[in-house]
Amino acid sequence: MGLETKPLSTLHEKASYNVEDFAVPTGREEEWRFTPLSRLKGLHSGAATSGSVAVHVDAAPEVTVETVGRDDQRLGKAYVPADRVSAQAYAAFEKATVLTVAREVVASKPTVITFTGSGEGHAYGHTVVKLEPMAEAVVVLDHQGSAVYADNVEFVVGEGATLKVVSLQDWADDTVHVSHHHAQLAKDATFRSFVVTLGGDLVRLSPSVSYAGPGGDAELIGLYFVDAGQHLEHRLLVDHSQPNCKSNVAYKGALQGQDAHAVWIGDVIIRVEAEGTDTYELNRNLLLTDGARADSVPNLEILTGEVAGAGHASASGRLDDEHIFYLQARGIPFEDARRLVIRGFFAQLLEKIELPELRERVLAKVEAELEK
Amino acid sequence: MSDVSRVPSGSTLEIHDLHVAVGDKEILRGVNLTVKAGETHAIMGPNGSGKSTLAYAIAGHPKYTITSGRVLLDGADLLEMTVDERARAGLFLAMQYPVEVPGVSVSNFLRTAVTSMRGEAPKLRQFAKDLKTGMDALSIDAAFAQRNLNEGFSGGEKKRHEILQLELLKPKIAVLDETDSGLDVDALRVVSEGINRFRSSGETGVLLITHYTRILRYVKPDFVHVFAAGRIVEQGGPELADKLEAEGYEAYTKASA
Ligand SMILES: Nc1ncnc2c1ncn2[C@@H]1O[C@H](COP(=O)(O)OP(=O)(O)OP(=O)(O)O)[C@@H](O)[C@H]1O
Ligand SMILES: [Mg+2]
Repeated sequence: MGLETKPLSTLHEKASYNVEDFAVPTGREEEWRFTPLSRLKGLHSGAATSGSVAVHVDAAPEVTVETVGRDDQRLGKAYVPADRVSAQAYAAFEKATVLTVAREVVASKPTVITFTGSGEGHAYGHTVVKLEPMAEAVVVLDHQGSAVYADNVEFVVGEGATLKVVSLQDWADDTVHVSHHHAQLAKDATFRSFVVTLGGDLVRLSPSVSYAGPGGDAELIGLYFVDAGQHLEHRLLVDHSQPNCKSNVAYKGALQGQDAHAVWIGDVIIRVEAEGTDTYELNRNLLLTDGARADSVPNLEILTGEVAGAGHASASGRLDDEHIFYLQARGIPFEDARRLVIRGFFAQLLEKIELPELRERVLAKVEAELEK
Repeated sequence: MSDVSRVPSGSTLEIHDLHVAVGDKEILRGVNLTVKAGETHAIMGPNGSGKSTLAYAIAGHPKYTITSGRVLLDGADLLEMTVDERARAGLFLAMQYPVEVPGVSVSNFLRTAVTSMRGEAPKLRQFAKDLKTGMDALSIDAAFAQRNLNEGFSGGEKKRHEILQLELLKPKIAVLDETDSGLDVDALRVVSEGINRFRSSGETGVLLITHYTRILRYVKPDFVHVFAAGRIVEQGGPELADKLEAEGYEAYTKASA
């Protein structure tokens, strides 16, 4: 089959560094229809930089950390902005952070990048994490404070390298954050992403994965807890364009309170050339109260007949009365029973955080959400 | 065993004229039954006659509506209590179909349950010891403690796990809903021994729901009740169970239809 006749994916075909190539969204576009644009505070309509988000890096000794200008040749290599806000961030950031792990180097401890909102104005950012072939590292992105912030993060994972990322959105209540996380996997690269989104008025995070060679393996795990009035949106895209790659997406969220709104979009494309792809995506939402809403939309587009496995599952529901009854029937009071079941709902995901201190911190955050 | 003239040293469960509906369908139509400490009552009856409904209604499952009647444990009104209060008052229900709870480990569940029942956390070492003793006695592999509650347990493993809870939580009155169903001979013996250990103090009462006399050879009942169409239609001693097994329920289902 020639290039001309190759079926094109209907998903995410548009990409440009130029913000003018994207119209200001109106809310009718497929990719914007779930997002309350009025709460974006102009991130989608050209708001200029007027504030800052401080970036602090506590790096493993083996990791090179640089703060670079817009003209650095390493920026924008793996990722081309795919929507208006992403292009706006790319057009407007002033300094970028570049982390590099050299060939075959194994970082001895996690590298933590802390993003702290100053509470004033709009800010844009750009981050690149580059692992050269056979390197290994763990990187934590820790977002806190109050901000109106849009940024792009590029993860460039070299041949046979392993990158594990934890991104914690632990923002103050009034924060607006729109972010793209793009991972590009070279041959036999491994990428693990663990996203935890708890705080913020509106968080829209779009993790995506592309493969530059066969044998890549991506796992994208996510956990969110949505309180009254919050809008937490996760839009995943895995683009299988190489043979024999794997992807596994699992996002789980709990929602409680009036107008708590979760959005999960899971797009997986398996292109003609991606024979032997093995992919699975899952989203589950636990609606703890009335007045909360979860939109969950998995899209699996298979353009080849030769897949090893492809599936998706999506479900939103309330706490199961039978679970609560069973625990209560053993003397456990309702509130404790509820907490046990919710903790159980997240347990399998939390086990995937391999760093004990980070797992404890996330667990403590989730516990605190449950106490609210 | 049940000498009425003797002052009982244990508890009493009293069910008076209990009517229960699911939705607007009436399922229990006036159940009267008293279970005293030291007594074992067997309830036998055809499928769909309302045996599990009785068990769940006493335990407080939200699906079942009590339309009239009273249920008392040592004089206290169980129907006024929440599900967990009933359990802490001393009622235990071993379920016909124990529920799978994802992400909650058996050991965490048991420790939480024991803590709730006693009002304080058990000493970790003592608890670990009790758990091991309990699991050994029921031939439950130690690895089960780390598994998710009932998840992927075979039918027989679930039932053994229910009896493990019975022994750890030490209730006053146990309602066992078809704990014998789906057990092979060895498991039946092991489970029966667990029930007998629970009964041995003479201060606890058992209400045992079953279809088969098989378990009654190990766990000897004092009374046998025949349940049909939502009420008790006949009572007798252990010999009634043999008659039921030989002749079936036809006589009762016809009469109560
Ligand atoms: N949620 C429900 N909705 C409608 N009918 C129900 C519901 N739960 C129970 N019932 C009905 O109530 C009746 C009694 O059911 P129950 O489970 O108590 O019977 P059982 O005597 O325990 O039967 P088995 O021997 O099969 O366990 C049945 O006709 C059943 O279909
Ligand atoms: Mg039944």
